[in-house]
Formats: sequence, structure tokens, C-alpha cells
Amino acid sequence: MLVHLPILQVIVPLMAAPACLILGRPRLVWLFSLITSGIAFLISVSLLRQVMSAGTISYVLGGWSAPWGIEYRIDELNAYLLLIISAISTVVLLAAQTSIKKEIPKDRHTLFYVLYLLSLAGMLGIVATGDAFNVFVFLEISSLSAYSLISLGKDRRSLWASYQYLIMGTIGATFILIGIGLMYQMTGTLNMEDLAVRLPEVTHTRTVFVAFAFFIVGVCLKLALFPLHMWLPNAYAYAPSIVTAFFAATSTKVAIYLLIRFTFSIFGISFSFTTLPLQTIFLTLGLLGIFVASIAAIYQKNVKHLLAYSSVAQVGYMIVGYSISTTTGLMATLLHLFNHALMKGALFLAVGAVMYRVGSTQLRDFQGLGHQMPITMAAIVVGGLSLIGVPLTVGFISKWYLLLAAIENGWWPIAILILLGSLLAIVYVWRIVEAAYFKEPLIDREPVKEAPLTFLLPVWVLVTANIYFGVDTRLSVQVAQAASQSLFGVSP
Amino acid sequence: MKDLLAVAMLSGIYGLLSASFFVTMDAVDVAFTEASVGAGISTLLMLTTIAIVGRFERSQRHKPSLALAVTFFTGVLLIYGTLDMPYFGSPNAPANQHVAPQYLNDTVLGQDKSVNQVGVPNVVTAVLASYRGFDTFGEVAVIFTAGIGVLALLAVVRRPEEDAKIAAINESMHQKNLILRIVIKVLIPFILLFALYVQFHGDYGPGGGFQAGVIFAAAFILYAMLFGLSTARRVINQTLIQILAAIGVLIYGSVGLVSILNGRNFLDYNALSSDSIAGQHLGILVIELGVGITVTSVMVIIFFNFAGRLENREANESVTRNISSDGHVTKEKL
Repeated sequence: MLVHLPILQVIVPLMAAPACLILGRPRLVWLFSLITSGIAFLISVSLLRQVMSAGTISYVLGGWSAPWGIEYRIDELNAYLLLIISAISTVVLLAAQTSIKKEIPKDRHTLFYVLYLLSLAGMLGIVATGDAFNVFVFLEISSLSAYSLISLGKDRRSLWASYQYLIMGTIGATFILIGIGLMYQMTGTLNMEDLAVRLPEVTHTRTVFVAFAFFIVGVCLKLALFPLHMWLPNAYAYAPSIVTAFFAATSTKVAIYLLIRFTFSIFGISFSFTTLPLQTIFLTLGLLGIFVASIAAIYQKNVKHLLAYSSVAQVGYMIVGYSISTTTGLMATLLHLFNHALMKGALFLAVGAVMYRVGSTQLRDFQGLGHQMPITMAAIVVGGLSLIGVPLTVGFISKWYLLLAAIENGWWPIAILILLGSLLAIVYVWRIVEAAYFKEPLIDREPVKEAPLTFLLPVWVLVTANIYFGVDTRLSVQVAQAASQSLFGVSP
Repeated sequence: MKDLLAVAMLSGIYGLLSASFFVTMDAVDVAFTEASVGAGISTLLMLTTIAIVGRFERSQRHKPSLALAVTFFTGVLLIYGTLDMPYFGSPNAPANQHVAPQYLNDTVLGQDKSVNQVGVPNVVTAVLASYRGFDTFGEVAVIFTAGIGVLALLAVVRRPEEDAKIAAINESMHQKNLILRIVIKVLIPFILLFALYVQFHGDYGPGGGFQAGVIFAAAFILYAMLFGLSTARRVINQTLIQILAAIGVLIYGSVGLVSILNGRNFLDYNALSSDSIAGQHLGILVIELGVGITVTSVMVIIFFNFAGRLENREANESVTRNISSDGHVTKEKL
């Protein structure tokens, strides 16, 4: 059974989704989804161990060898992403049943879990596969389920947000498909490994150049790179809390994985960074993203909006690390993928707990919550500190490596700008803290109790992870380093 | 163009035209899919949507000049990209050189008996269902996701008192469209039979689960359109159809699981029988059945939920109309 782990990683949630629909009873379905996601998590742990000890795993589907059939290919980078996605999904699901009770009508609960599992399977599929077209198929599964999940939000504006995301996401997916199609036309293959071998012969053609351009733009739409981020804040703000916590921690990460995989492993570093002035473009957009989105975050009245804009800024950090294009730079990006998932997972889930008790996520409704919901608010404070990058939290680790990478390259101004970006993070995190601890509770709002245990448990699992991986960085740094070195073709 | 009905018609014509293009390019399977999906069912769904949202587009506030510029730039880039493409149908094109010869050798020509053979004369089916069977599994999951998405967004909880009104509306519909109804009644068995033929003949000719599912669903939709939803609902149970949609995906997946249990890789049909060609045949037959079931059910789900919205609104309107006529009556009395 061990050899089948790569495929089981994806088909367990994929087949559990229709099974959920047959089960029908919401509580039962929740338990079933939780177990499914837990199994996916265990599989990803086992895959990571295998990859770290024995190297890349290849699994051919249908028994057809690689360029003819579809291949699953798990190396350090894939295994790392699989672990992030399945871990976050499992922790978030713990709180799901409690949270959706107040946010989604009862007759939609089963459908919610079906869509959630489909979305999980879609993301895992994108990451696990070694076939360019298979990426697109699973991208469709994850996107379609994402649009529907977002539209389930309590606020009617969620429909509009979901529609915006649908249009932008579909354009992104179509661009990616055009890119893949043109690549197939020039090489006759869809297998990533094979593409990497056959593309260099034809890189001088205009067709490959156009394929590359379309692919990059499509992926940037998906990963919400400034200025293509317009869909993200509303989608995150109006989606059900659970959905926001899950997507904020995973979905943009998957797009960043695609960017790294295609530019580094398929097109190759020399092509990717020489045909277009990609380094300059990404560096500029990344830095602009950090500043514009952080400043926008400061002026938000809704905490979910605030954190969503902060997500756009964090994507900026990842892109800056990527554009440095050294092993350390890429490593910083990979570390931030992991660390940001922990921070935003914890923060959005804690905000979900507030939504559960207070029924709103407006900043003014946070007033006085520091005393009424002390445990939840403490989680938000730790998550916020991590977002700023205070030592002993994971945020510090990723900022540290990012600075290191910038300084290694002699890019002092960039390093200073990164630090300035962190100062902006202090401002927007402070606004939440100020409202929660230093303002009197609203008079017209009933005092609320602490969030139930089903919320506190997953929130604090993530918060503890924020601190644990901020102190003991062996796992994240080791894997990120191995992944980044193998992408640069350096033998460790 | 402000008239959405015309837009839907034009897109249907576009679908049919591109289907004919595909035929002239010798891609009959793609043409078949385009004709049944692009020109057929998607136009139908658009028409249902128009019936709900109204026929004319409202005037826009913003000027779409930026969008036009972006679209223009994208178009120019695409044309620029075609400059270095290999000529259409060129035997030296990479797409015809690399993996394709093996596909052809395994299926159509079948000279080399020692290599893995699919033994299915239709090479498109062989690639879709066997070589790249996992992609097709993914596509079925996409369709299933779409169905669930529509359910999550549009499913209406109906109250029993509305049913009576809806039945009344349907009754009134029965007096109309008499000729259409009789013609359709005669046609439906043939449509269903044709769908089954497309379903099971996919190994040999153009066709397969996707097209068959759409055609099968079209028969039900036609029936529902002319005889009213409540009549059609007596035939098709909503819970059952949802379970069927799930079962289709599960059938496909379990073929893969059976392969794993027999010690082969996921979706390796050779595991299904001692003879590899028989195994491939059986595998393709079963997964196409799964595809067909899911596609049919999802199309029916989508249509029923779209139309259910419309019907509910009509019922509500008739309620308000009754109230206003009541109001009229009271006025007269005064």
C-alpha cells in the first residue's frame, strides 16, 4: 500500500466528497470529512518522510509510463506543500461544524462539506501531479468549489465577491490553459519532466515566449499578486469564516507553488529570468504589493478585510523572496509559505470564533473583547505578533531569511524596505489590539462569552505551532532548504 | 448587443459552427462534444437563465475602454504567438512526433503485439479513457463540483402550498404547445436510445460518456420543458438524482481502487482481467458508464434548479396578482 501513497493522497478526499453526499446527515458528514482530512494529513507526513530519506517518488497512473500516461511526481517541494495543505485543512475542519451552524443554512451543510473536500482534493491534486494538463484539471476542481464555498457566506455581498473571483479566476485558469496548450504544441508532451527536457530546443520561438507570458499572467491572477489582487479582499471578507481560514492559509500558496514549479523546473532558471525582465517586474510588484496592501489594511473597518489585505502584502513578501532568485531567497519564500499558512490560519479562525459569538467582524465590534473573550483575543495577539515578525514566532524566521537573502545579494535598500513593511504590519495589528483591549465595550452590544472549545482547540493548535516552529525551526528550514536546493540543482 | 436572447442564439450558432470546423479538421469526437455541449445544452441553460433574469441588459455605468485595450493586447499577443507555430497538420510538428505515434500504434495499427495494447479502435477514446484516464476522472469531478455548486447556490426549499399553484400553472401550460408535446413524446424514446448508442459505441466511433450524458439529459429536460416541472419531478426524484451524480464519480474511482487492490497502479485496467485487451475494454466500458451517469445527473440537477427558481417566482407572482385582484374587488365593493 505504501507505493500507492502519492495517488491515495489525492483520491481519498476526492472520492470521499461524493460519498459525503450519499451519507447526507450533516454531523456524520462532518466527522467523515474530518477523518478523511486526517488520513490525508497522515499520508502527507509519510510522503514527506519518504521523500526526505529516499528522494523523489514517481507514480505512473494507469500503468502507462511517463510521457504517455500521467505521472505523479513527489519531490521535497511537493511533499512540503502537501503537508501544509492537509494539515491546515484538518485543523480548520475541527471548528467547522460549530462555525457553519451560525453562518450557513442547515440544508446546505452537507453540500458545504462536499465542496470543502473537493477543494482540498483539487489543491492536493495540483501539487502532487507531474503532468501539466493534469494541473489544469485539478485547478478547475479547486476553483469551482472555491467559488461556490465563498458564495455560501452569510452576507449577500458574498455572491458579488464570489462572482468577481469567478471572473478573475476563470481568466487566470484560461491563460494557464493557453500557456500549457502552446507548450504542448511546441514540444508534443505534457509531462513536466519531459517538458523540461524538450523545451530548451524551442525556447527561441515566439510561441514559447507567448506561452510563458500567458502562463505567468494566469498564475499571478491566481496568486493575487498586486495589482491583480482585486478579487481577494472581498472574497476573503464575505466568505464563511471556515472557508476564509482554509483558503487564506492554502489557496494562494498553491498558485505560488505553480509559479515556482513552472519557472524553475520546467522553463528553467536561465530562460525564466532572461526572456522577460521577470526579476525586476516581480521585485517591483512585490514591494508595491507590500506597501499598498499594508496601507490599505490600516484603513479597513472590517477585521476580515484588514487581514485579507495583509494577505496580499504577505504574497508580496513571498514574491520578493522569489525574485531574489538565489537559494536563500527561494528558501525564504518557501518558509513564508509554511509560516504564513500557520499565522493566517490561526488569525482567521480566531476571527471566526468572534463571528460565532458576536455575529460580526467589524472592528468596532471588537471593542472590549479582550476581557470578554480573553483566550481568543490572546490567540489573535500572538498571531499578530507573528505577522509582524517578532522573534520567537514563525514570522520572524521567514523575515530573517528574507533579509539574509537580500543582504547576501547586496540589496540593502530592499532589506530596509522589507523592514519598513513590517512597521506597517505593527500599525494594522495594533488597531485590532487597541480595539480589543483599550476601548470600552459597546453599550448596545450584549456581553459575550468565551468561544466554545471546538474553536479554542484548533485556534490554539495553530498558535502553538506559530511559536513552536518559531523556536524549533528544524522541520521547516530543513525541508525548505532541501526543496530550494533541489530546485536550483545544487546537491545538498 | 443588449438583447441577451440574441446573444444566447449567437453563441449557439458559434458552437455549431466551431463544431463544423472541428469536423473539417477531422476531430469528430471534439466536434460531437462541441455540438452537444457548446451548441446544445449550454444554450439551453443560457435560455433558462435569461428566462429568470430578463431579456435585456441594463445600461452600463462604466466605460469598458480599458477592458477593450486589455482584450486587444491579449489578442495581438496570441496572434504573435502563432507566427512560429508548426503548420497545421504537418507531420513534422512536435505534437505528431513525440507521444502520438505510440498512441496510434497501440490502437489503430496495433502491429506490435508485445507492447501494452488498448485494443480500442477509436484512438481518442483510448487516450481519454486509458492513457489519460486520470484527467478524465478529474473532469468528471469538475462536472460533479459544478452540480454541487449549483445546488449550494440555487436549491430552493419548496413549501407544499406552493406546489398546488405550480401544478395549476403547469396545467395551463398543457393546453399550449400541443403539437410540440406530441412530437416530443414520439421523439424521446429515440433520443434516449441514441444516447445509449453513443454511450456504448464510444470505443468504436465518436462518442462516449460525456456526449451520451448530455444527450440523455436533454431528453429529460425537453420533457420537463413541455410537460412542466412537477410532472417531470414525478419521474425524477431529486434526492435520487443527486445520489446518482455521486455514484457516477464513485464508479469511476472504484475501477481505480480495484486496480490498486489487484496490485497494479491506480486506473490500470490490465488488472481487471487476465487478458490485457479484455481488461482495457472492461475498464473503459465501466468508467464511461460512470461518466455518463454523472454527466446526465448533473445536467438534470442544473436544469431543475434553474427552472425551479423560475417556477417559484412565477408562483409568487401569481400570488401577488391574486392579492392585487382581491384588492380590486374590495375597491369595487366600496
